[in-house]
Amino acid sequence: MSSNPQYEPVIGLEVHAQLLTESKAFCRCSTSFGDEPNSNVCPVCLGLPGVLPVLNMNVVEFVLRMGLATHCTIAERSIFARKNYFYPDLPKGYQISQYEEPICTGGFVEIETESGKKKKIGITRIHMEEDAGKSIHDLDVDTLVDVNRCGVPLIEIVSEPDLRSPREAYLFLHKIRQIVTYLDICDGNMEEGSLRCDANVSVRRKMETRFGTKTEVKNLNSFRFVEKALEYEIGRQIALLEEGQKIVQETLLWDAAQGVAVPMRSKEEAHDYRYFPEPDLVPVMVGKDWIDKIRTSLPEFPSERHDRYIAKLGLPKYDAEILTAEKPLADYFEAVIRHLKVKNAETWKIASNWTMTEVLRVVNERHITVTGFPVGPERFAEMINLIVDGTISGKIAKDVFEEMLTSQEGPKAIVEKKGLVQVNDASTIENAIDNILTKYEGQVREFLGGKQKVFGFLVGETMKVMKGRANPSIVNEILKKKLEGKKERD
Amino acid sequence: MKSFDAIKSELASGASTCESLTREYLEAIDRAKHLNAFLSVFAEEAHGQARAVDRKIREGTAGPLAGMVVSIKDVMCVKGHRVTCGSKILEEFVAPYDATAVARLRKADAVIIGKTNMDEFAMGSSTENSAFGRVKLPGDESRVPGGSSGGSAVAVKAGMSTVSLGTDTGGSVRQPASFTGVVGLKPTYGRVSRYGLVAFASSFDQIGPLSLTARDSAAVLNVIAGHDDRDSTSATVPVPDFTAGLNKDVKGLRIGVPKEYFDDALQEEIRGAVQKKIDLLRNHGAVISEVTLPHTAYTIATYYILATAEASSNLARYDGARYGYRVKGAKSLTEMYTRSRSEGFGGEVKRRIMLGTYVLSAGYYDAYYRKGQKVRRLIKEDFDNAFLRVDCLITPTSPSTAFKAGEKMDDPLQMYLSDVYTTSANLAGIPGISIPCGTDRQGLPIGLQILGKQFDEETILRAADFLETSG
Ligand SMILES: [Zn+2]
Repeated sequence: MSSNPQYEPVIGLEVHAQLLTESKAFCRCSTSFGDEPNSNVCPVCLGLPGVLPVLNMNVVEFVLRMGLATHCTIAERSIFARKNYFYPDLPKGYQISQYEEPICTGGFVEIETESGKKKKIGITRIHMEEDAGKSIHDLDVDTLVDVNRCGVPLIEIVSEPDLRSPREAYLFLHKIRQIVTYLDICDGNMEEGSLRCDANVSVRRKMETRFGTKTEVKNLNSFRFVEKALEYEIGRQIALLEEGQKIVQETLLWDAAQGVAVPMRSKEEAHDYRYFPEPDLVPVMVGKDWIDKIRTSLPEFPSERHDRYIAKLGLPKYDAEILTAEKPLADYFEAVIRHLKVKNAETWKIASNWTMTEVLRVVNERHITVTGFPVGPERFAEMINLIVDGTISGKIAKDVFEEMLTSQEGPKAIVEKKGLVQVNDASTIENAIDNILTKYEGQVREFLGGKQKVFGFLVGETMKVMKGRANPSIVNEILKKKLEGKKERD
Repeated sequence: MKSFDAIKSELASGASTCESLTREYLEAIDRAKHLNAFLSVFAEEAHGQARAVDRKIREGTAGPLAGMVVSIKDVMCVKGHRVTCGSKILEEFVAPYDATAVARLRKADAVIIGKTNMDEFAMGSSTENSAFGRVKLPGDESRVPGGSSGGSAVAVKAGMSTVSLGTDTGGSVRQPASFTGVVGLKPTYGRVSRYGLVAFASSFDQIGPLSLTARDSAAVLNVIAGHDDRDSTSATVPVPDFTAGLNKDVKGLRIGVPKEYFDDALQEEIRGAVQKKIDLLRNHGAVISEVTLPHTAYTIATYYILATAEASSNLARYDGARYGYRVKGAKSLTEMYTRSRSEGFGGEVKRRIMLGTYVLSAGYYDAYYRKGQKVRRLIKEDFDNAFLRVDCLITPTSPSTAFKAGEKMDDPLQMYLSDVYTTSANLAGIPGISIPCGTDRQGLPIGLQILGKQFDEETILRAADFLETSG
């Protein structure tokens, strides 16, 4: 629908990221998720009469990390504001946010578009605010409110209207997620609401320089929905314009089940938030020293890691991309290679292969996160060490790996217990090969007659009698030598 | 009626105990019930506390306020007791914690005797806006004691507590002190933690004592002043011993008399009474000069724009959803909100919520709120400029003495003008004190106000103490 080539969509995103601070933004209550409703509360976040907010400075630290990572200008002085509206899950009747004078402005992030080109997406502002609670509409008992989430710190990241397709919007959101997870300031989980996204969308004829009338699409709370919802809305707007109608500036709510964006009732959106400076909080002052300290403590970013994997570890671009896409995986890989006994391009590549294929396979099959992967990087590295030093073959390693998933034992113990140690002894292997060559005299003759395929058969049979434990390269080597000897004799 | 100093010597001589004093105060409260100064009395708890203090006195471990019996304006939280704010909407609300100022008083061994009546959410100048009935002026019960800390002023005046803790957002400590003839101190904004003070206008509210003498207010300020981690707007400025600077002469003290505060609206007898005190100061070596505060005319308008804006937001939490008054039988959320608030709040509170909501609304913000902020800065600069030349200012506290109940209830603007000389201190964040300054023809108390530089309560207390002791 959105692919009418005469039109160009203009998209800006507002991304809310829930911060991973241990306590709430303005009180000392825990931010932990999934606790008993209304258990992480105190007079302050309950908005009882007489209480006052006190800013958790970790919130500032976290937003500064984000601001610096996205090349923003950091305001030396920024202020909080009250956003006023009535709702049962908003105990004070206002949300503490930033409005005029936010802490970070004017940054950018870089995305790699489908064509492989890098594109800068402007960041208008990043500000701090507190989350509201959760209303649970229960038909039996009316509406229930859980205040645990009240006061949990958020940052809102507002992009410039620089995005020109739903795909770009998706890539931008992905980038934001990658950055916040690398910075360890948000877990990036959209399904659990740690990352939320609203979009401002308009369309205009190609070559037009002015923006069209925009609508706001809310509730894009899954990566899957973002593109779909934007496609839908862009298509709707183009269709309206094609019919000669005007776009009405309104707020739409994405209904994932129906696959449509539904206008919010005008009563719901006719909010006048009456922002004004929060008189209970003093301005946030950020000195140059603090900024410098945070800047030097910023972690290595995905793009830097990516480039280092290629340049220093000699990994293919493909590997580097997969390994750095998610911070937990990259961190896991880093830990694995730290524990390798032999450190060179060859062993790094083995570690990369195993991480990309086996670790990710299990993670995906079991719907778990890398952080929850049952085999720690050190144990995993031990297994790779066993491959590298020839104790086990890659094939046997797969069995060992499976075993490690369910047991707490080290790979060495598993190998010994199950008698999986690779046979590297040439004379033992030679013995087995001699028996095979005698047993399959006919096949040997076929090989000598030029039928190359038989070689593989003979290797397989040798491995079979050795119960798969023979070092395959030694088998290859001896078998080749023996057959060549026969050839000469013929 | 005994000042804290008198009490201390009684305790020292053994002539009385904290418990006997507490009993006297409780009896006075009982006798003066008709004045309606108290909303709750903690008789048993106060006795228990008093006994504990007596024990500490015997053991020599008593705190600096041992023997002082304090009442608390019902807008500050005292753990386990209702904090009604004079409103039906919080009639049943029990505070689960102590306000910082209350906790500090307790720690200094003051006895907390009860909570005093007030204008609803501290909005008013006569203590007629209480959901629990008006407070009467001792001596002439047809008149008002001023407000909004009217209950506190009457509690001190009629000997129902040694001192009382009030709050001053636009004059709510000083004006009732003036009407009843006691001392009322509004400290610098940020001097006393607001934690546990139910907010009316956050950037104006300040807790302050009402007492019989300036010295008693100084003693209370010694205890309640100082930074509090729970209030980020509370100042980290060092707290001096405010009583140490008392009992000094005023030789060389540079006192400004702002001409704008002696305008035509001022009752003649008040002008005369204040002038007399100014002459007295001059005769004792103070240097008197006229100063000008050019933006004074905008004080009331600016105050009512900014304070109501903050109030409209501060009072949003009283929506019937989690605590406080909730109307029964509402069929929708909106109905629950509107009816709970319509029935729970009184007329003046609703007027101010509407005014504040209006000035913050889209399209009006710049014309009212933002402009108000700018004028507030100008008003503060007026004071800054004046204080380049003088150490403190002397003015009348209110343009009139106590008026008749009902007299201004139908004319909010007239009511607001009762605070015309006091709101500027809240706009500028500076300290002010009102002290008794004789009476008018009808025998009604007149109040004199002394305003000081930010965090210079010492100077105004010194001047107040001098006038008190040499008047
Ligand atoms: Zn809390």
